[in-house]
Amino acid sequence: MTSLPRRFIGPIRVAVVIAMIGAVEILCRTGVIDPFTMIAPSAMVVALVRILETGHIGPDAAFTLTNTLAAIAVSVVLGFVLGAIVHGLPRLRRVITPLLAAYYAVPTFVFYPVLIVLFGLNRLPLIAIGAALGVVGMMVSTLDGLDRVPRVLLKTATAYRMTPFSVALRIKLPAAAPQLFTGVKLAVTYSIIGTLAGEFILSVAGLGRRLAIAYNDLDNPTMYGLLLLVLTTVVVLNAIVFHCERRVYRRWQRT
Amino acid sequence: MTPHGPGPATALTADAVGHVFGQAAGAAGVRALDRVSLELDTGEFFSVIGPSGCGKSTLLDIVAGLLAPTEGRVSFEGRAVAGEVPEGIGIVFQEDASFPWLTVWDNVAFGLRRQGMEAMEVARRVDYAVGFMGLGGFARHYPAQLSGGMRQRVCIARTLVLQPRLILLDEPFGALDQQTRLLMGEELLRLWRETHATVMLITHSLDEAAMLSDRVGVMSARPGRFISTLATGWGRDRDSEVIKDRRFGELTAEMWGYLRAESMRALKSPA
Repeated sequence: MTSLPRRFIGPIRVAVVIAMIGAVEILCRTGVIDPFTMIAPSAMVVALVRILETGHIGPDAAFTLTNTLAAIAVSVVLGFVLGAIVHGLPRLRRVITPLLAAYYAVPTFVFYPVLIVLFGLNRLPLIAIGAALGVVGMMVSTLDGLDRVPRVLLKTATAYRMTPFSVALRIKLPAAAPQLFTGVKLAVTYSIIGTLAGEFILSVAGLGRRLAIAYNDLDNPTMYGLLLLVLTTVVVLNAIVFHCERRVYRRWQRT
Repeated sequence: MTPHGPGPATALTADAVGHVFGQAAGAAGVRALDRVSLELDTGEFFSVIGPSGCGKSTLLDIVAGLLAPTEGRVSFEGRAVAGEVPEGIGIVFQEDASFPWLTVWDNVAFGLRRQGMEAMEVARRVDYAVGFMGLGGFARHYPAQLSGGMRQRVCIARTLVLQPRLILLDEPFGALDQQTRLLMGEELLRLWRETHATVMLITHSLDEAAMLSDRVGVMSARPGRFISTLATGWGRDRDSEVIKDRRFGELTAEMWGYLRAESMRALKSPA
């Protein structure tokens, strides 16, 4: 098979996505997919525009966004700090490694009601469940990144008579950056899932709650409009992370 | 046997230095280095050659202060080397040790900035070192954009810029092809002449040792010790042309005479 010229790949990818959306549009418009199951993509856009026009969704969107960002921040900072600490304590690490590996096999979500009991019905249990899902991904990535710091770079640091703090900041941190970014991406994804799903189950506000209400009311336009809003937000958040990642080590990434 | 006697200007002394790995765990451990003694005259180019696994790199790590020996003592310019790399010693490793997140220029400037040197002086010294190593056109490049040989030049420039009085090189050209090695060897000689530094080069290449050195220490198979020390007799202005000299052939033959049996022994011994 001859390989595609690089400049065609991007446009082809966009074309595939557009074609798939177009196919769904046709299936909906021709009645193959009935409107109680799913509304046409174009109708979703119209619904979203209506939702945004009324402005009622503003407080809920802000609620969800701040909770998500808070969960991401907690996951990333706590995951990094815990990862760095565990990396420095090999014995502790031997004990908890299997636990970390099994972490995502546990449906962490079942603890959401416990968190509500602990924190009350407000934004705290949402941030907590989002962070609980994200933190271990960040922690494992931090451990992985620190493991991969080449020994020769640490030897070089010794030759420069650097202090442990300086080695951490100027050698280990940049050397582990690729894995740390993987951790941030995981934390973003898991935190979003955690906060939204929490809102969906039980919450006083938020996009997840609005989605649940629309779902129970069989209000498909609102539900799909909100779905589109959530997807767009998630894509934007991920795009920001990818952009940062590329800016930071696009040029020095080893090929 | 120890390389020749103490001179008035001794850069480095290793006194009955030995090392056993893994002793602390209660096991007998693996003896990497027998009791090795060594004296380097200030300004000399000394190479250490030996079969693989003979403890050459362990010796370098000990001399550099990166590894505390289980026996013996090392002193640099009369002061004991203990616990850290002394000021005045520069090290070039076999593996690529360039920082991939810094440009060539920033890589070379790294050590000077750590010393808190003034920016103008940093720029002056870095520009010189970068130019000296033929990296002038690549100052703004990242290591990933360079070949293996170029990256090793970056590491040498990074060491050179600190103006070390003793330069330790641990098989720095091991990953490079033969032609590049010869040229890098010439550059190393040029650097040695200009800086008046003492050089200790660890190598497994007979040619490299014979061409570059004032003296060559030949090590035995593990546990390593010096079985002979050869004086090459080259002038300071030597370059790769010496490989055409009859003496070059004699030197490599003599080294191989010592090393053949040792290398066989290294091959047969368990890893």
